[in-house]
Amino acid sequence: MNRAALLVLADGRFPAGGHAHSGGAEPAVRAGRIHDARSLAAFCRGRLHTTGLTAAALAAAAAGGLDPLELDEAADARTPSPALRATARKLGRQLMRAARATWPSGELDALAAARPRGAHQPVVLGLTARSAGLAPEDAAYCAGYETVSGPATAAVRLLSLDPFEATAVLARLAPELDRVAGRAAELAGRAAREGLDALPAASAPLLDITAEAHAGWPVRLFAS
Amino acid sequence: MHLDHSHSGPAAVSADALRPDGRRRALRIGLGGPVGSGKTATVAALCRTLRDRLSLAVVTNDIYTREDAEFLLRHAVLPPERIQAVETGACPHTAIRDDISANLEAVEDLEDAVGPLDLILVESGGDNLTATFSKGLVDAQIFVIDVAGGDDIPRKGGPGVTTADLLVINKTDLAPYVGSDLGRMARDAKEQRGELPVAFTSLTGEDGVRPVTDWVLARLAAWTA
Repeated sequence: MNRAALLVLADGRFPAGGHAHSGGAEPAVRAGRIHDARSLAAFCRGRLHTTGLTAAALAAAAAGGLDPLELDEAADARTPSPALRATARKLGRQLMRAARATWPSGELDALAAARPRGAHQPVVLGLTARSAGLAPEDAAYCAGYETVSGPATAAVRLLSLDPFEATAVLARLAPELDRVAGRAAELAGRAAREGLDALPAASAPLLDITAEAHAGWPVRLFAS
Repeated sequence: MHLDHSHSGPAAVSADALRPDGRRRALRIGLGGPVGSGKTATVAALCRTLRDRLSLAVVTNDIYTREDAEFLLRHAVLPPERIQAVETGACPHTAIRDDISANLEAVEDLEDAVGPLDLILVESGGDNLTATFSKGLVDAQIFVIDVAGGDDIPRKGGPGVTTADLLVINKTDLAPYVGSDLGRMARDAKEQRGELPVAFTSLTGEDGVRPVTDWVLARLAAWTA
């Protein structure tokens, strides 16, 4: 157990490709749904409790040693938007590269060999946490935090939002992230005993719809 | 210049000289520089000159559009399967320096799809004078500025001008019209760069990209030696 590894993995500068993605914030900004710190907070809260919970549970399950290939299928089943599936695999592939350089392991090599085009990012994230000696709940924290830190960073660039306000939004969400990560780890534990159907399948239909539209924009700042 | 060790399993890690299948990978050269200095035009000219002699591919890093990739496609400098666009999330310098994962993926995909390749040109999105490429992404880098951007740019220095393996000062044909002193630019560049080479180009002339082509071929000869 090496808790400090969590700081390295959760650092926004960890080179795994996330900087080019807005987590749905770009279409939400264009539609006027995110226009200030308050609406950013509402967007992040919604994302945390839906796709955030699902991603966190997948990550916790992978960190707990469940079969990553089965988890990858479970992630596919929980990601109805083809555009978001493609994004999740792309980011999974990019994270895999960084993970194999930072915390090399046979399990990462095996998943990379089985999914050369990339497994879903939360699954790779969980396996990375496992390789780093972290616990399932640590992986859940990391996955949950990414679902809100990505849009917050993107909103700063898209709206020229005050970065202090955007960071304060993340700070205010911390207690909710505690609950989501705890719940995700608990459900991952149940999945280990009862099967993968115990994993949550919370989703945000509007994020799915806007992700599909965004993928067709000819001019955009973010890849997703 | 490069890390010559191999990793097991699929996907080499950044600077590895060998691909997972044991073949030597392509030489990767980055082209960076401010907006409008002629990076894409230089890439296009290099492709036209070298495409019959070498197996080539290009990765573009556009800031918010696919314009650079589309320019190369429109001018048919290479078949479309040899050009890949990377999206950079409004941070072109991050994608070529701090987090190179998307660019490495593009490079890897090109080698898989149209390889074996001799040379991959990685073009940065137009950025500022501090943008440089990571050594994990490219083996050598070219920084492209132009005389119309002001003849004081070499004097100002910055990481691009000072450390690039080749500094290209483009659009020399415009110098008389914008009041730029090429002699002064050459002296200032020498002052900043010491023995590192500087190439003056005018892409409007016949084989105007020649000094860059010669430099690239010399790097390639060293890479394959």
